[in-house]
Amino acid sequence: MPTKTYIQAIAEATIEEMERDQTVFTMGEDLRQSVYGATAGLVDRFGEDRVLDTPLSENGFFGAALGASLCGMRPIVETVTSFLWVGMDQLVSQGSKMRYMFGGQAELPVTFRVRMFYARGAAAHHSDRNYPVFMNTPGIKIICPSNAYDAKGLMKTAVRDNDVCLLFEDGIAISSRTEVPDNDELPDGELLVPFGVARTVQTGSDVTIVGIAGGVQHAIDAAKVLAAEGISVEVIDPRTLVPLDKESILKSVAKTGRLVIVDPAHKMCSAASEIAAIVAQEGFWDLQAPVQVVASEQINVPYSPALEPLIYPTPEKVIAAVRVVLD
Amino acid sequence: MALDKQQLEEMYRRMCRIRYFEEAVIEIHSSGELIGPAHPYIGEEAVAVGACAALRDSDRIAGNHRSHGHPIAKGGDVNRAMAEILGKSGGYCKGKGGSMHLADFSIGILGESGIVASSVPIATGAALAAKLSKQDFVSLVFFGDGASNQGACHESMNMAALWDLPVIFMCENNGYAITTSYKNSVSVDHVSDRASAYGMPGVLVDGQDAIAVHEATSEAVRRARAGEGPTLIEAMTYRYEDHSLGLDRIRKSEYRSQEEVDEAMKRDPLPIHREAMITHGFATEAECDAIEAEVHTEIDGAVEFARNSPFPEPGDLFDDMWATPV
Repeated sequence: MPTKTYIQAIAEATIEEMERDQTVFTMGEDLRQSVYGATAGLVDRFGEDRVLDTPLSENGFFGAALGASLCGMRPIVETVTSFLWVGMDQLVSQGSKMRYMFGGQAELPVTFRVRMFYARGAAAHHSDRNYPVFMNTPGIKIICPSNAYDAKGLMKTAVRDNDVCLLFEDGIAISSRTEVPDNDELPDGELLVPFGVARTVQTGSDVTIVGIAGGVQHAIDAAKVLAAEGISVEVIDPRTLVPLDKESILKSVAKTGRLVIVDPAHKMCSAASEIAAIVAQEGFWDLQAPVQVVASEQINVPYSPALEPLIYPTPEKVIAAVRVVLD
Repeated sequence: MALDKQQLEEMYRRMCRIRYFEEAVIEIHSSGELIGPAHPYIGEEAVAVGACAALRDSDRIAGNHRSHGHPIAKGGDVNRAMAEILGKSGGYCKGKGGSMHLADFSIGILGESGIVASSVPIATGAALAAKLSKQDFVSLVFFGDGASNQGACHESMNMAALWDLPVIFMCENNGYAITTSYKNSVSVDHVSDRASAYGMPGVLVDGQDAIAVHEATSEAVRRARAGEGPTLIEAMTYRYEDHSLGLDRIRKSEYRSQEEVDEAMKRDPLPIHREAMITHGFATEAECDAIEAEVHTEIDGAVEFARNSPFPEPGDLFDDMWATPV
C-alpha cells in the first residue's frame, strides 16, 4: 500500500470530491499558489471559477460560503485556526445556528479546512488549537484527523455532509506519512471514514490513552516506551469530537480501569475536559485511579524556542501521567 | 419595467399587509402574548415592497432584525409568520426562530437575522452560487444605515464587485441605529456614496415611494442578471415606532424630537402609493378601500391562526439541529 503525507491526502480528497460533484468548489486565501500545500494544480484542473482566491476577508468569505451552500453549492473553505476568530460572527451566528433557527429549512454543506499550526515558533497569534471552542457551539461538526488515512476519509465524508464541518489539520501531523490505499485497492473504489467512530490505534490492558489530533502520536510514542517496561497501553483516537464516539472510550476504560487524555488544546474546557467529564459521569465505577489530562498549559503560546515546547503535551508528560494512574 | 394595474395593486396590498401585520404585533405585544423582542417595520413598507416587486420567486432575499416586512413583501404567508412570532409549531420555523428569524426557503427567503449586517455575506454567497452554478437568480439583502458600518458589509461589497456577483445591496436608511443617528455614525453624506469605493453604482432613492424603489431595484436586477455585477441602493426612509417593542427605556429617551417624527410621518408610504394609483388612474378609491378591508380580514385571520396553532412539543426540542444527527 502506498504511503502518503497528510497534505497529499487532503489534496486527493479535494480533487476526488470536485471531480465527483460539480457543486463542490474551493475558496480561500492564496489557493492558486498553494501556500498551505494542499491546493497545487487545482486551477489548471478545475478552472478559476471553482478555485477562488479570496480577498483577506474571513468574515465576508466564510459568510459567502454559507450563503452559497444555502443555494445548492458545497464549498470547501481553506483557512487557519487563528483566522477563525476573524470570521467568528459568520461561523457561529450564522453557520452554527441557521439550520435550527430556521426550523430545519437550511442545508449548510460547507467544509472548513482549518490548518492548525503550533509548536513552530509562530507565537501566540499563529498557534491556536481552538477546536474546543466549537465543541461548546452547538451546530458544528468537529473533525480532528491525526494521520493521512483519516484525513482523506474524513474529509470526503465532510464534503458530502450537509452540516457545517470544521476539519482541523494538525500542524504536527501535516507532514507525516501513513499508508493510504489508492482507490483501485478499495472494495468500494473510494476511501470514506464515517463520523463518530473512534479508531483503536492499538489494543492494551493496563491503561487507556485517548489522543486528540497531534496528541495521538504522543500517545503512541509513550506507549512504545511503556511497553518496554511491560505496561500494556490501549490508544484510542476519537477522530471526530462532534460527534464523539463515547462508547468506544467507555468500553476501553471498562477494560483497563485507567484513563489518560492527551489534548494539544489549552486544558481549561478542552476536549479532554469533556471526555474526562463523560467518563466521570458514566464510567466512574470502572475507574481504578483518577483520570489524568495532559493538555497545553493555560497560558498564551510564547515565542522563544526555550519556552514554547514547555506548554504542549509531550510523550514524557504522557508517560508521567500513566505512572500516576498506575501508582 | 413599467408597472401595470395588477402589479401596483399587489404592491399596495403587500404594503397594507405589512402595516396591519405590524399593528397586530404591537397589539399582541401589549397584551403580553408576545414574549420576545420585535422590531416594527411601520413607515418603511415601501422599501421592502418596492424592492421585492422587482424580484422573481426564484430570487433570494435576506434581511435583518426589523424582520417582518421583508418576508411579507416577498410573498410570505402571514399566518405562518404570525404563528412563528408567537412561538407556535405552525410557524415558519416551527417556533424555533421567532420574530427575528422568519424564513421561507421555498420562495427564496433565506432568513432574517438578529446580528446586524450578518445577512450581507450570506446574500453575497447566494449570488456567488448563482454565478458558479450558472443560474439566473439574483439575491437582494436588506440592511440598515447602522449595518453599513460593519466590516461584514464592506467585505461583502468588495467581493461582490470584484467577482461581478448578481447581488443588490438595499440599504434601508431609517435615520437611526437604535438611537444613534446615521449622521453621527456614517462618515459620508450618504451610504450610497460609498459605492464608488467598491466600483459599483450607488443609487439614492426615496424610500417612501414604492414605485421609485421598484424602478431603482429593477435597474439593479437587470444589471445583476446581465452579469454586470452588484448595485448599492440607499432608500431614505423613516422608522415610525421606536427600535424594539418592550424597550421602554428607549421610548423615553430623547434621541429624536416629536417634531421630527411628526414631519416624517407626513410622508407615509401607504397614502403616497394609494394616491399615486388613483391620480394616475390605475385604481379607484373604492378599489383601494376594498384592498384595505380584505387585508384587515386577512390579518385578523393570521392572528387567529397563530393563536390556534399549538405550541411545539418538548419532544420537538432536539429536531432540526443536524442534517445527519450526531
